[in-house]
Amino acid sequence: MNPIPLFHIGDFLLVSIPEDLSDSMVTRLQDSLSRKVIKLQIKGVLLDLSSVTIVDSFIGRMLGNMASITAMLGAEAIIVGIQPAIAITMIELGLGLNNIKTALNVDQGVIMLQILAADKAIDYVSKQ
Amino acid sequence: MSVSSKVLPMRTEEDLMIVRQTVKAWMIEQEFSLLEQTKLVTAISEIGRNALVYGGGGSALLEQLLENCRVGIRVTIEDQGPGIADIEQALQDAYSTGNGLGFGLSGAKRLVMDFDICSKPGQGTRIKMTVWN
Repeated sequence: MNPIPLFHIGDFLLVSIPEDLSDSMVTRLQDSLSRKVIKLQIKGVLLDLSSVTIVDSFIGRMLGNMASITAMLGAEAIIVGIQPAIAITMIELGLGLNNIKTALNVDQGVIMLQILAADKAIDYVSKQ
Repeated sequence: MSVSSKVLPMRTEEDLMIVRQTVKAWMIEQEFSLLEQTKLVTAISEIGRNALVYGGGGSALLEQLLENCRVGIRVTIEDQGPGIADIEQALQDAYSTGNGLGFGLSGAKRLVMDFDICSKPGQGTRIKMTVWN
C-alpha cells in the first residue's frame, strides 16, 4: 500500500488521511510524520480527516498519539474535517479525543495554526 | 430471513478492509443512512480486529435480511481463538487485556441494534451484529 502523503506548506504540514485506513498505514504514518516534523522544523501539523469514513478505537488512539507526539516535538497539531457521522460514532464508541485541538476544516485549521504559532513566538520573545 | 449471504476470510488486515468495504457497499445499495453505515462498519472494525489480534483470525459471514418488508444486514464474525472466559467483564467499558482502549466490545455493542456474543474458553468467539433499515 502507498504511504500517506504529507504536504509541506510553509512551516506547516498537511496530512490528508485517506478514506479507508489499515492499521499498518496509520502506524507508518506516525513514524514518517514525527521524522518529517523534525527534519523540516515544522511548527504545525494539520491532520485532515474530511475523507475518512471510519475511525475505530485503534485509529482514534493513533490520531491522539500523533497529536501528542507532535506537541512533544514542539509543534502544534490540529485535527480538522471530522464528519458528523464520524463524530457521533466516535462519541458512542467512547472516543472523545480529549485535549486535542480541532477545527472545522483545513482553512480554519490553518488560521488556528498561524495564531498558535504567533502566540508562541510572542510568548518566547516576552520571556527573553 | 436471509436473502443473500457471503462468507469472507478474516485472516489479515486486508481481509478486514474487504469485509468493511463489502458491508458498506451493501448498506449504500439498501439506502442505509451514512450514520448507520459508519456505525456498523466501525463495529465490524472493532470486532474484526479482536478476531485478528486475539483470535488468530477467522471468518466473516455477511447476510442481507428481509423481514416484513424491512431490510437488514447481519455480520457474524467468528474465530477459533482462546475465547472469552467472562463475557460480562469483557463487555464493560475500559476493560481490555490488550493494548487497546478497552472500548472494543462494549463500544461495538453500542453501535449496533442487535449484538449477540457466544464464546467459551478454548472454543473461540462468535459475534453477531444486526442492523435494520
